[in-house]
Amino acid sequence: MAGNITLEVVTPEKVVVSEEVQIAVAPGSLGEFGVLVGHTTFLTTLKTGTIHYTGADGEQKYIFASGGFAEALPDKLTVLAESAERRRDVDTGRAQAAMERAQKRLEKEDEDIDFTRAKAALERAVHRIRLAETRQ
Amino acid sequence: MATLKEVKTKIGAVKKTKQITRAMNMVAASRLRGAQTNMDGFRPYAEKFAEVLGGLSGRAGEEANPLLLPHEEVVKKHIILCTSDRGLCGGFNAHLISKADSFIKETGEDIEFSFTNFGKKGRDRCRKSQIPIISEHIGVIGTVIKFNIASTVGKGLIDGFLNGEYDEVYVVYSEFISMGRQVPTIKQLLPIPPLEIDEDETEDQDKQYLAEHICEPSPDELLGELLPMSVYVQLYSALLETSTSEHAARMMAMDNASTACDDMIDNLTLAYNKARQASITAELMDIVGGAEAIKG
Repeated sequence: MAGNITLEVVTPEKVVVSEEVQIAVAPGSLGEFGVLVGHTTFLTTLKTGTIHYTGADGEQKYIFASGGFAEALPDKLTVLAESAERRRDVDTGRAQAAMERAQKRLEKEDEDIDFTRAKAALERAVHRIRLAETRQ
Repeated sequence: MATLKEVKTKIGAVKKTKQITRAMNMVAASRLRGAQTNMDGFRPYAEKFAEVLGGLSGRAGEEANPLLLPHEEVVKKHIILCTSDRGLCGGFNAHLISKADSFIKETGEDIEFSFTNFGKKGRDRCRKSQIPIISEHIGVIGTVIKFNIASTVGKGLIDGFLNGEYDEVYVVYSEFISMGRQVPTIKQLLPIPPLEIDEDETEDQDKQYLAEHICEPSPDELLGELLPMSVYVQLYSALLETSTSEHAARMMAMDNASTACDDMIDNLTLAYNKARQASITAELMDIVGGAEAIKG
Protein backbone atom coordinates (compact mmCIF):
# COMPACT_ATOMS: atom_id res chain seq x y z
CA MET A 1 0.00 0.00 0.00
CA ALA A 2 1.20 3.41 -0.90
CA GLY A 3 0.03 4.84 2.37
CA ASN A 4 -3.02 5.68 4.37
CA ILE A 5 -5.41 8.58 4.34
CA THR A 6 -7.29 10.02 7.26
CA LEU A 7 -11.01 9.49 7.19
CA GLU A 8 -13.11 11.81 9.25
CA VAL A 9 -16.86 11.52 9.53
CA VAL A 10 -18.35 14.40 11.44
CA THR A 11 -21.97 15.11 12.38
CA PRO A 12 -23.22 18.16 14.24
CA GLU A 13 -23.47 16.04 17.34
CA LYS A 14 -20.10 14.34 17.37
CA VAL A 15 -17.12 13.04 15.47
CA VAL A 16 -18.20 9.58 14.40
CA VAL A 17 -14.96 8.33 12.92
CA SER A 18 -11.48 9.70 12.78
CA GLU A 19 -8.92 7.15 11.76
CA GLU A 20 -6.29 6.06 9.29
CA VAL A 21 -7.68 4.05 6.42
CA GLN A 22 -6.32 2.47 3.26
CA ILE A 23 -9.30 3.30 1.10
CA ALA A 24 -12.66 4.92 1.65
CA VAL A 25 -15.64 4.70 -0.68
CA ALA A 26 -18.50 7.15 -0.36
CA PRO A 27 -21.81 7.62 -2.22
CA GLY A 28 -21.48 10.94 -4.03
CA SER A 29 -24.62 12.51 -5.46
CA LEU A 30 -23.33 11.88 -8.99
CA GLY A 31 -22.05 8.41 -8.21
CA GLU A 32 -19.98 6.45 -5.78
CA PHE A 33 -16.35 7.42 -5.51
CA GLY A 34 -13.33 5.88 -3.83
CA VAL A 35 -10.54 7.83 -2.25
CA LEU A 36 -6.96 6.59 -2.01
CA VAL A 37 -3.95 8.52 -0.93
CA GLY A 38 -3.07 11.24 -3.44
CA HIS A 39 -6.65 11.87 -4.52
CA THR A 40 -7.22 15.18 -6.22
CA THR A 41 -9.01 17.85 -4.20
CA PHE A 42 -12.66 17.23 -4.63
CA LEU A 43 -15.90 18.43 -3.14
CA THR A 44 -19.27 16.77 -3.55
CA THR A 45 -22.64 16.34 -1.94
CA LEU A 46 -23.58 12.91 -0.69
CA LYS A 47 -26.58 10.70 -1.18
CA THR A 48 -28.06 8.79 1.69
CA GLY A 49 -26.13 5.57 1.84
CA THR A 50 -23.16 3.72 3.12
CA ILE A 51 -19.56 4.78 3.33
CA HIS A 52 -17.28 1.82 3.48
CA TYR A 53 -13.61 1.79 4.12
CA THR A 54 -10.71 -0.51 4.75
CA GLY A 55 -8.98 0.31 7.99
CA ALA A 56 -5.23 0.42 8.42
CA ASP A 57 -5.43 -3.14 9.73
CA GLY A 58 -7.19 -4.31 6.58
CA GLU A 59 -10.62 -4.67 8.15
CA GLN A 60 -13.71 -3.65 6.19
CA LYS A 61 -15.95 -1.24 8.03
CA TYR A 62 -19.22 0.46 7.22
CA ILE A 63 -20.84 3.71 8.19
CA PHE A 64 -24.33 4.90 7.45
CA ALA A 65 -24.46 8.56 6.40
CA SER A 66 -27.19 10.86 5.18
CA GLY A 67 -27.53 14.45 4.15
CA GLY A 68 -24.16 15.97 3.79
CA PHE A 69 -21.11 16.48 1.69
CA ALA A 70 -17.56 15.24 1.47
CA GLU A 71 -14.27 16.92 0.83
CA ALA A 72 -11.36 14.89 -0.43
CA LEU A 73 -7.79 16.09 -0.08
CA PRO A 74 -4.66 14.17 -1.09
CA ASP A 75 -4.26 12.82 2.43
CA LYS A 76 -7.69 13.17 3.91
CA LEU A 77 -11.39 12.59 3.34
CA THR A 78 -13.74 14.64 5.44
CA VAL A 79 -17.43 13.79 5.47
CA LEU A 80 -19.85 16.26 6.98
CA ALA A 81 -23.13 14.46 7.40
CA GLU A 82 -26.39 15.43 9.03
CA SER A 83 -26.54 12.02 10.60
CA ALA A 84 -24.08 9.18 10.56
CA GLU A 85 -23.42 6.06 12.55
CA ARG A 86 -21.21 3.02 12.43
CA ARG A 87 -22.83 -0.17 11.28
CA ARG A 88 -22.79 -1.68 14.75
CA ASP A 89 -24.54 1.40 16.17
CA VAL A 90 -27.47 1.34 13.76
CA ASP A 91 -30.69 0.98 15.70
CA THR A 92 -32.74 -1.48 13.67
CA GLY A 93 -35.86 -1.11 15.75
CA ARG A 94 -35.91 2.62 15.28
CA ALA A 95 -35.23 2.34 11.58
CA GLN A 96 -38.04 -0.19 11.22
CA ALA A 97 -40.44 2.11 13.00
CA ALA A 98 -39.31 5.05 10.87
CA MET A 99 -39.85 3.00 7.73
CA GLU A 100 -43.38 2.05 8.68
CA ARG A 101 -44.17 5.62 9.61
CA ALA A 102 -42.86 6.92 6.32
CA GLN A 103 -44.73 4.27 4.32
CA LYS A 104 -47.96 5.10 6.05
CA ARG A 105 -47.49 8.73 5.30
CA LEU A 106 -46.75 8.03 1.66
CA GLU A 107 -49.85 5.89 1.30
CA LYS A 108 -52.14 8.70 2.25
CA GLU A 109 -51.72 10.41 -1.07
CA ASP A 110 -54.79 12.57 -0.90
CA GLU A 111 -53.64 14.44 2.14
CA ASP A 112 -51.35 17.36 2.04
CA ILE A 113 -48.09 15.81 3.12
CA ASP A 114 -44.50 16.71 2.68
CA PHE A 115 -43.82 14.14 0.03
CA THR A 116 -40.10 14.73 -0.33
CA ARG A 117 -39.58 14.59 3.39
CA ALA A 118 -41.44 11.34 3.84
CA LYS A 119 -39.56 9.87 0.93
CA ALA A 120 -36.23 10.95 2.34
CA ALA A 121 -37.16 9.44 5.70
CA LEU A 122 -38.09 6.20 4.00
CA GLU A 123 -34.83 6.16 2.10
CA ARG A 124 -32.83 6.69 5.26
CA ALA A 125 -34.69 3.92 7.06
CA VAL A 126 -34.27 1.47 4.20
CA HIS A 127 -30.56 2.15 3.95
CA ARG A 128 -30.14 1.73 7.68
CA ILE A 129 -31.99 -1.56 7.72
CA ARG A 130 -30.12 -2.88 4.71
CA LEU A 131 -26.82 -1.98 6.30
CA ALA A 132 -27.79 -3.52 9.62
CA GLU A 133 -28.71 -6.75 7.86
CA THR A 134 -25.14 -7.22 6.70
CA ARG A 135 -24.00 -7.40 10.31
CA GLN A 136 -22.67 -10.74 11.40
CA MET B 1 -37.95 41.00 69.40
CA ALA B 2 -38.84 37.71 67.78
CA THR B 3 -39.31 34.83 70.16
CA LEU B 4 -36.74 32.08 70.40
CA LYS B 5 -38.94 29.53 68.74
CA GLU B 6 -39.79 31.74 65.78
CA VAL B 7 -36.17 32.45 65.04
CA LYS B 8 -35.27 28.81 65.35
CA THR B 9 -37.93 27.76 62.84
CA LYS B 10 -36.75 30.43 60.47
CA ILE B 11 -33.15 29.23 60.66
CA GLY B 12 -34.34 25.73 59.92
CA ALA B 13 -36.30 26.97 56.92
CA VAL B 14 -33.39 28.90 55.47
CA LYS B 15 -31.10 25.92 55.96
CA LYS B 16 -33.47 23.78 53.97
CA THR B 17 -33.69 26.37 51.23
CA LYS B 18 -29.95 26.39 51.10
CA GLN B 19 -29.87 22.65 50.67
CA ILE B 20 -32.18 22.98 47.71
CA THR B 21 -30.27 25.79 46.06
CA ARG B 22 -27.02 23.94 46.60
CA ALA B 23 -28.43 20.81 45.03
CA MET B 24 -29.75 22.83 42.06
CA ASN B 25 -26.38 24.42 41.71
CA MET B 26 -24.72 21.06 41.48
CA VAL B 27 -27.28 19.71 39.06
CA ALA B 28 -26.80 22.76 36.85
CA ALA B 29 -23.04 22.32 37.04
CA SER B 30 -23.19 18.75 35.82
CA ARG B 31 -25.68 19.63 33.08
CA LEU B 32 -23.47 22.49 32.08
CA ARG B 33 -20.63 20.07 31.61
CA GLY B 34 -22.85 17.96 29.39
CA ALA B 35 -23.93 20.97 27.37
CA GLN B 36 -20.36 22.06 26.93
CA THR B 37 -19.44 18.62 25.67
CA ASN B 38 -22.21 18.95 23.10
CA MET B 39 -20.87 22.30 22.04
CA ASP B 40 -17.39 20.88 21.74
CA GLY B 41 -18.77 18.02 19.67
CA PHE B 42 -20.38 20.48 17.30
CA ARG B 43 -17.32 22.66 16.86
CA PRO B 44 -15.38 20.48 14.38
CA TYR B 45 -18.46 20.31 12.18
CA ALA B 46 -19.13 24.03 12.36
CA GLU B 47 -15.55 24.92 11.59
CA LYS B 48 -15.25 22.62 8.63
CA PHE B 49 -18.61 23.79 7.37
CA ALA B 50 -17.68 27.45 7.57
CA GLU B 51 -14.43 26.73 5.76
CA VAL B 52 -16.08 24.93 2.88
CA LEU B 53 -18.92 27.41 2.62
CA GLY B 54 -16.53 30.35 2.65
CA GLY B 55 -14.43 28.80 -0.08
CA LEU B 56 -17.44 27.97 -2.20
CA SER B 57 -19.20 31.29 -1.96
CA GLY B 58 -16.06 32.91 -3.29
CA ARG B 59 -16.27 30.93 -6.50
CA ALA B 60 -19.99 30.70 -7.09
CA GLY B 61 -21.27 32.57 -10.06
CA GLU B 62 -22.99 35.92 -10.16
CA GLU B 63 -26.43 34.44 -10.15
CA ALA B 64 -27.34 34.62 -6.51
CA ASN B 65 -29.26 32.07 -4.55
CA PRO B 66 -32.76 33.24 -3.51
CA LEU B 67 -31.79 32.74 0.11
CA LEU B 68 -29.23 35.49 -0.22
CA LEU B 69 -31.58 38.01 -1.83
CA PRO B 70 -33.33 40.47 0.46
CA HIS B 71 -37.03 40.95 -0.22
CA GLU B 72 -37.82 44.27 -1.79
CA GLU B 73 -40.44 45.20 0.73
CA VAL B 74 -39.93 44.18 4.31
CA VAL B 75 -43.21 44.06 6.20
CA LYS B 76 -43.16 40.69 7.92
CA LYS B 77 -40.41 39.79 10.28
CA HIS B 78 -40.09 36.54 12.09
CA ILE B 79 -38.25 36.09 15.34
CA ILE B 80 -37.02 32.82 16.78
CA LEU B 81 -36.88 33.38 20.48
CA CYS B 82 -34.77 30.94 22.45
CA THR B 83 -35.41 30.90 26.18
CA SER B 84 -35.39 28.25 28.83
CA ASP B 85 -38.34 26.15 29.95
CA ARG B 86 -37.75 26.69 33.60
CA GLY B 87 -37.10 29.65 35.81
CA LEU B 88 -34.73 30.04 38.74
CA CYS B 89 -31.89 31.13 36.56
CA GLY B 90 -31.58 34.78 37.44
CA GLY B 91 -32.30 37.32 34.75
CA PHE B 92 -31.55 34.88 31.95
CA ASN B 93 -35.00 34.76 30.36
CA ALA B 94 -35.86 38.35 31.18
CA HIS B 95 -32.76 39.54 29.34
CA LEU B 96 -33.55 37.46 26.27
CA ILE B 97 -37.15 38.62 26.16
CA SER B 98 -36.24 42.25 26.59
CA LYS B 99 -33.73 41.87 23.79
CA ALA B 100 -36.54 40.72 21.52
CA ASP B 101 -38.85 43.47 22.81
CA SER B 102 -36.37 46.23 22.20
CA PHE B 103 -35.75 44.88 18.71
CA ILE B 104 -39.47 45.06 18.00
CA LYS B 105 -39.64 48.58 19.34
CA GLU B 106 -36.66 49.75 17.32
CA THR B 107 -37.97 48.44 14.03
CA GLY B 108 -41.14 50.46 14.17
CA GLU B 109 -44.83 49.74 14.13
CA ASP B 110 -45.77 49.07 10.54
CA ILE B 111 -44.06 45.72 10.64
CA GLU B 112 -45.84 42.49 11.39
CA PHE B 113 -44.00 40.25 13.76
CA SER B 114 -44.42 36.58 14.36
CA PHE B 115 -42.58 34.18 16.59
CA THR B 116 -41.13 30.73 16.77
CA ASN B 117 -40.56 29.89 20.39
CA PHE B 118 -38.02 27.61 21.91
CA GLY B 119 -38.69 27.40 25.61
CA LYS B 120 -41.71 27.95 27.77
CA LYS B 121 -40.74 31.29 29.23
CA GLY B 122 -40.55 33.08 25.93
CA ARG B 123 -43.74 31.44 24.73
CA ASP B 124 -45.67 32.53 27.79
CA ARG B 125 -44.46 36.04 27.22
CA CYS B 126 -45.54 35.99 23.56
CA ARG B 127 -48.94 34.59 24.47
CA LYS B 128 -49.48 37.40 26.89
CA SER B 129 -48.61 40.11 24.42
CA GLN B 130 -50.64 38.33 21.75
CA ILE B 131 -48.03 38.23 19.06
CA PRO B 132 -48.78 35.34 16.72
CA ILE B 133 -46.72 32.26 17.51
CA ILE B 134 -46.07 30.17 14.42
CA SER B 135 -44.63 27.23 16.25
CA GLU B 136 -43.40 26.41 19.72
CA HIS B 137 -40.91 23.88 20.92
CA ILE B 138 -40.93 23.02 24.58
CA GLY B 139 -38.50 20.64 26.19
CA VAL B 140 -35.68 21.33 23.78
CA ILE B 141 -33.47 23.90 25.44
CA GLY B 142 -31.56 22.51 28.34
CA THR B 143 -31.60 18.94 27.10
CA VAL B 144 -29.45 17.06 24.66
CA ILE B 145 -30.45 18.75 21.42
CA LYS B 146 -30.68 16.74 18.24
CA PHE B 147 -29.68 18.30 14.97
CA ASN B 148 -32.90 17.25 13.28
CA ILE B 149 -34.83 19.72 15.43
CA ALA B 150 -32.76 22.52 13.98
CA SER B 151 -33.11 21.19 10.45
CA THR B 152 -36.87 20.68 10.70
CA VAL B 153 -37.48 24.15 12.06
CA GLY B 154 -34.93 25.62 9.68
CA LYS B 155 -36.64 23.99 6.73
CA GLY B 156 -39.95 25.52 7.73
CA LEU B 157 -38.35 28.93 7.99
CA ILE B 158 -36.70 28.67 4.61
CA ASP B 159 -39.96 27.60 3.00
CA GLY B 160 -41.72 30.48 4.70
CA PHE B 161 -39.08 32.88 3.50
CA LEU B 162 -39.28 31.67 -0.08
CA ASN B 163 -43.11 31.74 -0.05
CA GLY B 164 -43.09 35.28 1.19
CA GLU B 165 -44.59 34.46 4.58
CA TYR B 166 -41.64 36.19 6.18
CA ASP B 167 -39.39 38.82 4.70
CA GLU B 168 -36.72 38.55 7.32
CA VAL B 169 -35.93 35.99 9.98
CA TYR B 170 -33.98 36.66 13.14
CA VAL B 171 -32.90 34.51 16.01
CA VAL B 172 -32.63 35.78 19.57
CA TYR B 173 -30.38 33.60 21.66
CA SER B 174 -27.96 33.77 24.49
CA GLU B 175 -24.33 33.70 23.51
CA PHE B 176 -22.21 31.70 25.89
CA ILE B 177 -19.02 33.62 26.52
CA SER B 178 -17.92 32.24 29.84
CA MET B 179 -19.35 30.73 33.00
CA GLY B 180 -20.08 34.18 34.33
CA ARG B 181 -21.08 35.89 31.12
CA GLN B 182 -23.90 35.12 28.72
CA VAL B 183 -24.95 37.79 26.33
CA PRO B 184 -28.39 38.00 24.71
CA THR B 185 -27.73 38.33 21.01
CA ILE B 186 -29.84 38.87 17.94
CA LYS B 187 -28.72 37.55 14.61
CA GLN B 188 -30.22 37.67 11.15
CA LEU B 189 -30.81 34.23 9.69
CA LEU B 190 -32.64 35.04 6.47
CA PRO B 191 -31.89 36.43 4.00
CA ILE B 192 -28.46 35.01 4.69
CA PRO B 193 -26.21 37.97 5.37
CA PRO B 194 -23.15 38.21 3.14
CA LEU B 195 -20.30 36.16 4.51
CA GLU B 196 -17.75 38.10 6.42
CA ILE B 197 -14.37 37.76 4.88
CA ASP B 198 -11.72 37.11 7.46
CA GLU B 199 -8.36 38.56 6.69
CA ASP B 200 -6.59 35.79 8.56
CA GLU B 201 -3.72 34.26 6.71
CA THR B 202 -4.87 30.76 7.45
CA GLU B 203 -8.23 31.55 5.93
CA ASP B 204 -6.60 32.78 2.77
CA GLN B 205 -4.68 29.58 2.46
CA ASP B 206 -7.86 27.59 2.85
CA LYS B 207 -9.47 29.56 0.10
CA GLN B 208 -6.58 29.05 -2.19
CA TYR B 209 -6.74 25.33 -2.02
CA LEU B 210 -10.49 25.35 -2.19
CA ALA B 211 -10.25 27.29 -5.41
CA GLU B 212 -8.69 24.25 -7.00
CA HIS B 213 -11.37 21.83 -5.90
CA ILE B 214 -13.24 19.82 -8.42
CA CYS B 215 -16.86 20.26 -7.54
CA GLU B 216 -19.57 17.80 -8.18
CA PRO B 217 -22.21 18.98 -9.03
CA SER B 218 -21.26 22.55 -10.03
CA PRO B 219 -20.20 25.09 -7.38
CA ASP B 220 -23.51 26.90 -7.76
CA GLU B 221 -25.51 23.77 -7.14
CA LEU B 222 -23.32 22.81 -4.23
CA LEU B 223 -23.88 26.22 -2.77
CA GLY B 224 -27.59 25.76 -3.24
CA GLU B 225 -27.35 22.65 -1.09
CA LEU B 226 -25.10 24.18 1.50
CA LEU B 227 -26.91 27.45 2.10
CA PRO B 228 -30.03 25.93 3.66
CA MET B 229 -27.74 23.76 5.70
CA SER B 230 -25.89 26.81 6.92
CA VAL B 231 -29.20 28.11 8.29
CA TYR B 232 -29.66 24.86 10.20
CA VAL B 233 -26.12 25.05 11.47
CA GLN B 234 -26.65 28.60 12.71
CA LEU B 235 -29.90 27.67 14.36
CA TYR B 236 -28.40 24.61 15.95
CA SER B 237 -25.51 26.54 17.35
CA ALA B 238 -27.94 29.15 18.72
CA LEU B 239 -29.84 26.39 20.48
CA LEU B 240 -26.69 24.85 21.88
CA GLU B 241 -25.43 28.18 23.12
CA THR B 242 -28.72 29.08 24.75
CA SER B 243 -28.84 25.70 26.39
CA THR B 244 -25.34 26.01 27.75
CA SER B 245 -26.01 29.57 28.87
CA GLU B 246 -29.12 28.50 30.71
CA HIS B 247 -27.21 26.03 32.82
CA ALA B 248 -24.43 28.50 33.46
CA ALA B 249 -26.96 31.17 34.43
CA ARG B 250 -28.78 28.81 36.73
CA MET B 251 -25.55 27.74 38.31
CA MET B 252 -24.61 31.33 39.03
CA ALA B 253 -28.07 32.18 40.31
CA MET B 254 -28.10 29.20 42.62
CA ASP B 255 -24.61 29.95 43.81
CA ASN B 256 -25.71 33.47 44.71
CA ALA B 257 -28.78 32.11 46.41
CA SER B 258 -26.68 29.74 48.52
CA THR B 259 -24.42 32.60 49.55
CA ALA B 260 -27.45 34.70 50.42
CA CYS B 261 -28.73 31.81 52.53
CA ASP B 262 -25.45 31.70 54.39
CA ASP B 263 -25.69 35.42 55.16
CA MET B 264 -29.24 35.02 56.31
CA ILE B 265 -28.37 32.10 58.54
CA ASP B 266 -25.59 34.15 60.13
CA ASN B 267 -27.92 37.05 60.84
CA LEU B 268 -30.63 34.82 62.18
CA THR B 269 -28.20 32.93 64.42
CA LEU B 270 -27.10 36.26 65.82
CA ALA B 271 -30.70 37.21 66.47
CA TYR B 272 -31.31 33.81 68.02
CA ASN B 273 -28.37 34.14 70.39
CA LYS B 274 -29.44 37.65 71.34
CA ALA B 275 -32.93 36.45 72.07
CA ARG B 276 -31.56 33.56 74.10
CA GLN B 277 -29.34 35.91 76.11
CA ALA B 278 -32.22 38.25 76.69
CA SER B 279 -34.43 35.47 77.99
CA ILE B 280 -31.69 34.20 80.33
CA THR B 281 -31.15 37.70 81.63
CA ALA B 282 -34.86 38.11 82.14
CA GLU B 283 -35.04 34.82 84.03
CA LEU B 284 -32.09 35.78 86.23
CA MET B 285 -33.71 39.11 87.00
CA ASP B 286 -36.83 37.25 88.01
CA ILE B 287 -34.94 34.92 90.35
CA VAL B 288 -32.89 37.71 91.87
CA GLY B 289 -36.04 39.80 92.28
CA GLY B 290 -37.83 36.89 93.95
CA ALA B 291 -34.95 36.23 96.32
CA GLU B 292 -34.81 39.89 97.31
CA ALA B 293 -38.52 39.86 98.01
CA ILE B 294 -38.23 36.81 100.31
CA LYS B 295 -35.28 38.36 102.16
CA GLY B 296 -37.02 41.68 102.54
